Amino acid sequence: MNVPTTLLGLLESEPSHGYELKREYDDLFGAHGRALSFGQLYGTLARLERDGQISVYGAEPGDGPDRKRYAITPDGVTQVETWLAEPETPEPMLQATLFVKVVLALLSDRPAAAYLDVQRDAHLDRMRELTAMRKAGPLSRSLLADYGLFHLEADLRWIDVTSARLDQLRNEILR
Amino acid sequence: MNILTADELTKSFGATAALQGATMSLKRGEILAVMGPSGSGKSTLLHCLAGIFAPDSGSVCFDDIRLDELSDRQRTKLRRTDFGFVFQFGQLVPELTAVDNIALPLLLGGVRRRTAYARAAAWFPRLGLDGLDGRRTGELSGGQAQRVAVGRALVTGPKVLFADEPTGALDSLTGEKVMDLLVDTVHAEGTSVVLVTHDARVAAHADRQVTVRDGKVISAVRV
Repeated sequence: MNVPTTLLGLLESEPSHGYELKREYDDLFGAHGRALSFGQLYGTLARLERDGQISVYGAEPGDGPDRKRYAITPDGVTQVETWLAEPETPEPMLQATLFVKVVLALLSDRPAAAYLDVQRDAHLDRMRELTAMRKAGPLSRSLLADYGLFHLEADLRWIDVTSARLDQLRNEILR
Repeated sequence: MNILTADELTKSFGATAALQGATMSLKRGEILAVMGPSGSGKSTLLHCLAGIFAPDSGSVCFDDIRLDELSDRQRTKLRRTDFGFVFQFGQLVPELTAVDNIALPLLLGGVRRRTAYARAAAWFPRLGLDGLDGRRTGELSGGQAQRVAVGRALVTGPKVLFADEPTGALDSLTGEKVMDLLVDTVHAEGTSVVLVTHDARVAAHADRQVTVRDGKVISAVRV
């Protein structure tokens, strides 16, 4: 999650006070422990101001942070545009944690299949939570839950394929 | 408390051992997902749990009734009164209307025609199918047809619903809507569900899942 640019994106529609910005961020993206702390919020806003991507107005010198209103600058808009247009680097799958765990388990003759079974259950437990979140709505939350669900589903497919081919993999890496 | 239990089930088809000591239980009011790869034995397990197949050995208990000790005729009767079924496709009669299809299990169970149709018609708003009761099911979309199938499976008030890949023929958004409907309806009715699927997104609608592999129900245990 690119918090600074996300805050810029939220500020692009209209200037905002810090606490409004935090509430909007948390509503959209803060599910499951990802809420923004005030420390992180104001630290990030200070850096964005230093870098000329936001400007502060509506506050007298000495006013507390909650009295300030923040507005995006042209540099900030450019940053948002650049970030949105830039594709994310696809996850380098060969280094994925699960793959590393499986290989290490096989190398050390530990029960890789049992680890994967436990992982499968953990994934499904999380998918159940996300399914409840998707169902509860609103649409912005549902689509966020869907994003997680599709990614976890992809992991599960990999777990199933790998579970079915552990013997082959063991033979290959122990050769 | 369990409504359905299977203990050490075995079932072979010729030289192929489909179940090799499968043990599991379904709690009352629970939705249990049975997962596993193709050929793992999960559909055979469902058929044994539902009394469609008799296992070669092992026991299946529904409430206090040993299904594996009943005659074919007794099992058929029990399926009609206490179990409901939703499959991937093919369970509806395409030449009949939607309301005919939902009324059918009631008529087969001896319910009077007027009562059967009144009860069947009452399902249409619940299924989100207002106004479609007179439509032939062959003319419905896949999602609408599965909604009718859900109504048909639940109209008799079964204690256990068996669903085998109920959204397997639907696109993911339509499948989600059918699963939402199915889950809401069985919770409202208090029906227990055995949900066989290889699809994790479908299984995530269940309260709990078990995995079938090589004819056995495996449980994930931290090692």
